Amino acid sequence: MLLENIQKLEKVVNSELTTKVKHSDIAFDELLLEINHEELINVIQFLKSNDQCKFRQLIDIAGVDYPEEEKRFKLVYLFLSHENNFRIKLSVNIEIRKKVSSITKIFPSANWMEREVFDMYGIEFEGHPDLRRILTDYNFEGHPLRKDFPLTGFNEVRYSEKEKKVIYEPVKLEQNYRNFDFSSPWEGTKYIKEIKKKSNDDKKN
Amino acid sequence: MTKKTKTLSLNFGPQHPAAHGVLRLILELDGEVVEKADPHIGLLHRGTEKLIEQKTYTQALPYFDRLDYVAPMNQEHAFALATEKLLNLEVPIRAKYIRVIFCEIGRILSHIMNVTTQALDVGALTPSLWGFEERETLMTFYERASGSRLHANYFRTGGVHQDIPTKLIEDIEKFCKNFPKIIDDLEGLLTDNRIFKQRNVEIGIVTKQEALDHSFSGVMLRGSGVAWDLRKSQPYECYRDLEFKVPVGKNGDCYDRYMCRMQEMRESVKIILQCIEKIPKGPIKSIDGKISPPNRNDLKESMEALIHHFKLFTEGYRVPAGDVYTAVEAPKGEFGVYLISDGTNKPYRCKIRAPGFSHLQAMDYLIRGHMLADVPAVLGSLDIVFGEVDR
Repeated sequence: MLLENIQKLEKVVNSELTTKVKHSDIAFDELLLEINHEELINVIQFLKSNDQCKFRQLIDIAGVDYPEEEKRFKLVYLFLSHENNFRIKLSVNIEIRKKVSSITKIFPSANWMEREVFDMYGIEFEGHPDLRRILTDYNFEGHPLRKDFPLTGFNEVRYSEKEKKVIYEPVKLEQNYRNFDFSSPWEGTKYIKEIKKKSNDDKKN
Repeated sequence: MTKKTKTLSLNFGPQHPAAHGVLRLILELDGEVVEKADPHIGLLHRGTEKLIEQKTYTQALPYFDRLDYVAPMNQEHAFALATEKLLNLEVPIRAKYIRVIFCEIGRILSHIMNVTTQALDVGALTPSLWGFEERETLMTFYERASGSRLHANYFRTGGVHQDIPTKLIEDIEKFCKNFPKIIDDLEGLLTDNRIFKQRNVEIGIVTKQEALDHSFSGVMLRGSGVAWDLRKSQPYECYRDLEFKVPVGKNGDCYDRYMCRMQEMRESVKIILQCIEKIPKGPIKSIDGKISPPNRNDLKESMEALIHHFKLFTEGYRVPAGDVYTAVEAPKGEFGVYLISDGTNKPYRCKIRAPGFSHLQAMDYLIRGHMLADVPAVLGSLDIVFGEVDR
């Protein structure tokens, strides 16, 4: 049976998974489920195999870093169901140095996606067959997409005429990186619309 | 008596003409049969996602040209759609048509590039010479619209940068009338060519289920018989009003994917012609002055325009908090942008979903048991561009 719209999908998911879903929300016509990381495998298995959901394709895994929060990292799994023509987002929050179970057994394509998250954020996946760095250089140190990693990085490379090879050196900037602060009260059109509406309402009253 | 065999490790790339960029493929060979392939990617990693986090929304857009540099505007499109969704912004109809015209030009650009270089990899030189002549014409269209042949930076949140002149539309129409003949010529060289068929038929077969499991999209998915095209199933812009067919393969081998690409070019031509017929007059970007920069002439006269201009090019515009995922049917497959905004003028996180990433991932399982000579053929039909794989 196919589902008509995303609201129905939300109902189905909530009634089937009950307590496993911490929070569900529809914004911009997209359904976001928040779950505990212990439940990850079960929930994804359900979404893939359930006859009504049929989320047969993993689109991507995105890591997000919130350094101020206690559970620092967020993983967002994006799925697509061709039969239903729906997308779903699944998010889990995890603490630093906590391991997440790998979903490579359910979706083989998660292999590189998890490697990328590991490379960029340093989140480790339990049960991953081959957890190596993927995008950064061989012997790279640090996790570049963490918010505390500087944009310019720590090392730079150049060809050394003396040593006749490419060498690594600490980054030297001719000019410091300029980060502008834009904390001005420029609010956009909505703000003006609201003021106009307010003044109109005041006039009516 | 058992014979001792030792596999041979072979480094394919990073500098190999058939690797289509900087791919280092470590192959384990048993004689000429590939036993294992381990692609090492990231040699073109530029940290696009990290850079985007430091830039305003307007400044972030040009980075998308540099992902899949064969079809730059399709990438920009995904990012523009994502910000528009967060801003809840309406795009004028003319801008929608212009966008679709250039996205389809991008599709033709990409498919010509892929088909002809794939032919080159298996030994046919002429198609690339013929195809690249047409690519050159298409790139001049890019140049006439945006001022740049390759890195266009033409789409904007809320529309496109500038209107296109009538003469350009006429020239595009002339090209589209003429182009199917070129496709016929290319097909004449390749489709029934004995060598081309020997190198591609039943090579790199992907079944329906495998295509789904490995997150394939675009031609890789359609070549295996899954009729799925985001332009049809989740129509964005004005694709709803346009008529076109979605070519679907049957066997899921390299040859079917080649056929799909050829057919898609024909469909793209039809789409462009329909757009040219239907394109209305009108504004080409959102009239919201807080998002679209003002007209050059207004700057000399209007104080408000001057303030808007100053604010837009220093601070940029603020995007309401939230997270969205938008995807477009790029020539290579589903190109998606997962954008998280925290309400400031810079994206908090921008995850780019590149189709080539999952396609290349499947290289190991696609090539296992094939001959070494099939590696370039399979790699060619995956349609890999390292700009988007490495990001």
